[in-house]
Amino acid sequence: MTVGLNHYLVVSALLFSLGLFGVLARRNLLVIYMSLELMLNAANLALVAFSRYNANLKGQVMVFFIITVAAAEVAVGLALIVALYRKRGTAHVEDLNSLRL
Amino acid sequence: MEPTHLPTAFPPTNFQDLAWAILMLPLVSALAITLGLRRSRVLTTTLSLTAVAVGFGLSVWLFFLFGISGQHLAATPLAWLSVGGLDVHLGLTVDSLSTLMLMVVTGVSFLVHLYSTGYMEDDPEYPRYFASLGFFTFSMLGIVLSDNLVQTFIFWELVGVSSYLLVGFWYDKPAAADAAKKAFLTNRMGDFGFILGILLIWGATGTVSFDALAAKMGADPAVLGSLSSLAGILVFLGAVGKSAQLPLHVWLPDAMEGPTPVSALIHAATMVAAGVYMLCRVFFLFELPAAWPGPLAFLGHLSALDVIAWTGGLTSLFAGVIAIQQDDIKRILAYSTLSQLGYMVMAVGCGGPDAAMFHLTTHACFKALLFLGAGSVIYACHHEQNIWRMGGLAKRMPITFWTFLIATMALCGLPVVSSGFYSKDAIFAAALAADRPVLFVLGILVVGLTTLYMSRLVIIAFLGSARSDAASHAADPGRNMTLPLIILAVPSVGLGWLPLGAYFRHAIFPHAAEHGMSEASDVFFEPFNHSPLGAFLGLGLLAFGLSVAYVAYWGASADPMPARLPRLSRALRNRLYADEIYEATVIPLHDGFAALAGGFDRWVVQGFFVRGASGAVDLFGRGLRLAQTGNLQTYAFLFVAGVALVVLLALK
Repeated sequence: MTVGLNHYLVVSALLFSLGLFGVLARRNLLVIYMSLELMLNAANLALVAFSRYNANLKGQVMVFFIITVAAAEVAVGLALIVALYRKRGTAHVEDLNSLRL
Repeated sequence: MEPTHLPTAFPPTNFQDLAWAILMLPLVSALAITLGLRRSRVLTTTLSLTAVAVGFGLSVWLFFLFGISGQHLAATPLAWLSVGGLDVHLGLTVDSLSTLMLMVVTGVSFLVHLYSTGYMEDDPEYPRYFASLGFFTFSMLGIVLSDNLVQTFIFWELVGVSSYLLVGFWYDKPAAADAAKKAFLTNRMGDFGFILGILLIWGATGTVSFDALAAKMGADPAVLGSLSSLAGILVFLGAVGKSAQLPLHVWLPDAMEGPTPVSALIHAATMVAAGVYMLCRVFFLFELPAAWPGPLAFLGHLSALDVIAWTGGLTSLFAGVIAIQQDDIKRILAYSTLSQLGYMVMAVGCGGPDAAMFHLTTHACFKALLFLGAGSVIYACHHEQNIWRMGGLAKRMPITFWTFLIATMALCGLPVVSSGFYSKDAIFAAALAADRPVLFVLGILVVGLTTLYMSRLVIIAFLGSARSDAASHAADPGRNMTLPLIILAVPSVGLGWLPLGAYFRHAIFPHAAEHGMSEASDVFFEPFNHSPLGAFLGLGLLAFGLSVAYVAYWGASADPMPARLPRLSRALRNRLYADEIYEATVIPLHDGFAALAGGFDRWVVQGFFVRGASGAVDLFGRGLRLAQTGNLQTYAFLFVAGVALVVLLALK
């Protein structure tokens, strides 16, 4: 059995769905954040796979950009979560509803 | 060698600026007083008197330059408004008609200003009074100088506003405030017709300028088609309001609540004359053949002139009768004014706008004099206006008495020594010439009535013995109040000797053949040659009215009429129930309509549309608010669901 594009895409979709499930189901902000990163990497995987099978480097270029931006985003996002935790004493999403009318 | 550049020529050649100056001076003085000079009485007096006096001087100048020669001043109008086919200019008309009217307005206005410096001396609101007076003079001059219907209408309304300010000058007195409101609202009813008439004329001819209209209507008398009578009557409605003709006359007697000099200026010489002046200005409109549109065709050959003539005639009779039983000196004069205005309107309706203008001019002088005289009496008797509480004033107030008597003679039309004789006679002649014998008889009858009520007034107020404490200590007022009386007495006597009838005939009908003015030698007795029937009958009725007044009121201590003719007297004292009729008909109708409109506004416009719109948005918002849980994961889920839906739709 040769590993083809579809296999990569299925793995990517599974990763994405796991991430989405985490985002929707978990209560801890940190876990949600990790799930988000999982979704991002699922997208990266799909891009690389397409790039490889289409013999086109554009997808890989994009992945490098995404990784860079994600690194920066993680730095900012984690800092925000830590600050939030210090302020509120909790990192659970259902406690963070002060924007509600 | 002669110098080529002489100093600027005097007189200046740009007469247009003179006319603008006449118009603007009173406004400038009114503004200056309102904005800053209020604190100084001396400055207020100086400025407003100077403004009007200079205006009068310039008017006389223009009169000699343009009035007598019958020339038109070619003025460049200012473009003011241009919407679609409507072009409105702010222009000037300087011709025979307007220059004489300018002299009348500025002249009487100046004398009233002068008189007011005495009459209003103790009033704490003295500067406001003079500012209003200046504003009024400005508005009135605007009507006189206007060269198109829209401009006339604008100043027409300004006159309404300034008269509101002046009638309601003592606004803390409820009667004055009510009278001001009544005058304003009653005038609005007439003005509504006026503006409809203007729109109709503009719609049919596409112009509102007097010159252009006159040219168009002269070239093609059928230019208004079947609307000519209607247009004439609608325009006339404006004059019905301003000149207080039946049935909109009710405001004028009430407007006597204003200060007496104001009555002299507004309700004798100028504002009420504006209606007549306007009718003369657009007289070409009434010369069109009568025609009615389809649904009104049953009116047949009824022309606007018929309506005008009968309105005027009936007003003059109606007011003359009421005046007989009034006890308030100013109300007698007010009804007398109504009656004389009726004469003028009747003259216009009889095709004699020249006679109307003639009577307007003489009436302005003697009626202003009568009002100012009444003002002196009221001032001397400590604001007593009931003639039965006066008496014997002739000896104590000789100047007032003699000038008042001169004006009374002019009003009654005593032959030769009064101006009223000549102008009234011109009106009778016009009625005869127009073949309206009923109106002629009516006019002659009113001479008798006029003499009766004026003799009653003079006998009771000035002769006999004093009937109250105030009257027994009365004295002539100071010089700035008696001087205007003396000045006005001169034209009251002599104005009729001037060939004003021919002057106005020439002004209004420039192309008509010369009427054959009698020679200067018999100018004094001209009416007896020219229209003997009117002159002799008028003289007879005058003698009759005088004798009735003598028999009934000489030495009387109370009015004999309520005892002799109780029902008639009661009806007359109630002003023939005109106000009551309004209260029973127009006012409930108006209130009902107002309630309907108010209800529509409250329930339909505000209730349904405004509240409905805001309520719907509010309700929708409340519904959407349920979706805002505050839970991040709910949002995320909805977001994903939305994306999934879009993807599904896109791939399908």
